[in-house]
Amino acid sequence: MSARTVQPGFNFEYLMWIFTRISGLALFLLAIIGMTSAFALGARTQVDLPTLMRWTFFPNPNHVVNSNIPDVTLGWANGFWQIMQILIVFFGATHGFNGLRVVVEDFIGPSLWRPFLRGLVFLLWIFFLIAAIYVILAS
Amino acid sequence: MGLSRRVGFFSGLRYHGGSPMWAWMLHRVTGLAMLTFVGLHVIASFFMQQTASDLATSINTVYESWIFQIVVTFVVIFHGLNGLRIAALDIWPQFQVYQREALWLQLLIFAPIYGLTIFILIQHALTGS
Repeated sequence: MSARTVQPGFNFEYLMWIFTRISGLALFLLAIIGMTSAFALGARTQVDLPTLMRWTFFPNPNHVVNSNIPDVTLGWANGFWQIMQILIVFFGATHGFNGLRVVVEDFIGPSLWRPFLRGLVFLLWIFFLIAAIYVILAS
Repeated sequence: MGLSRRVGFFSGLRYHGGSPMWAWMLHRVTGLAMLTFVGLHVIASFFMQQTASDLATSINTVYESWIFQIVVTFVVIFHGLNGLRIAALDIWPQFQVYQREALWLQLLIFAPIYGLTIFILIQHALTGS
């Protein structure tokens, strides 16, 4: 059997290759913004390390409900952080499910299963995005 | 010319790819591990928020144990730093000749960050705070 064939030129594979790099760097940037903002909002004195980590990667007041944030209404819960969470979820989920697609297609090669599994990964991605954005907007 | 796909797991491990091969394998394994972890966590949080399901709550309490956090921090920090190395070498491909040195640099950055993380996690677990 042959290896996974990739057409040269500007196509889906190339677009996702670029997107994987950009979204990876964007996740670093979003994590840095989350962490520095948490410090600016007073995490130095109010928050322990696990809470800071949860805020860094998913700044949701629900996410740190079992941790020691004294009062989430003090600048910790507003529309800005909801937009940040939606960005993190979108970049993270798309990066991750595209990675799953690449691994799956590396294993199976060009076969009849490929469109089926690609569709399955696509449905999982949509379901994950809807569930995550619902959690963000409902909390 | 096509590559043979009929390579078993253990004969694949005997391929002498060296450290870049191990980084490639770990990158895939940690990526899939993170997808499983984050996916389960978000779905569990969805059901915890909506239906207060016991199964979802018990899944989420596993994530708070310090042993699980030691594994997860390894997975996240390794995948992040390795991805940074890959992105940097893709942006400046003339440095690809130094890819083994880049891997050593990555490990030199990884060791203190991860060491500090597990030190704090174990310290928290021992003092019970």
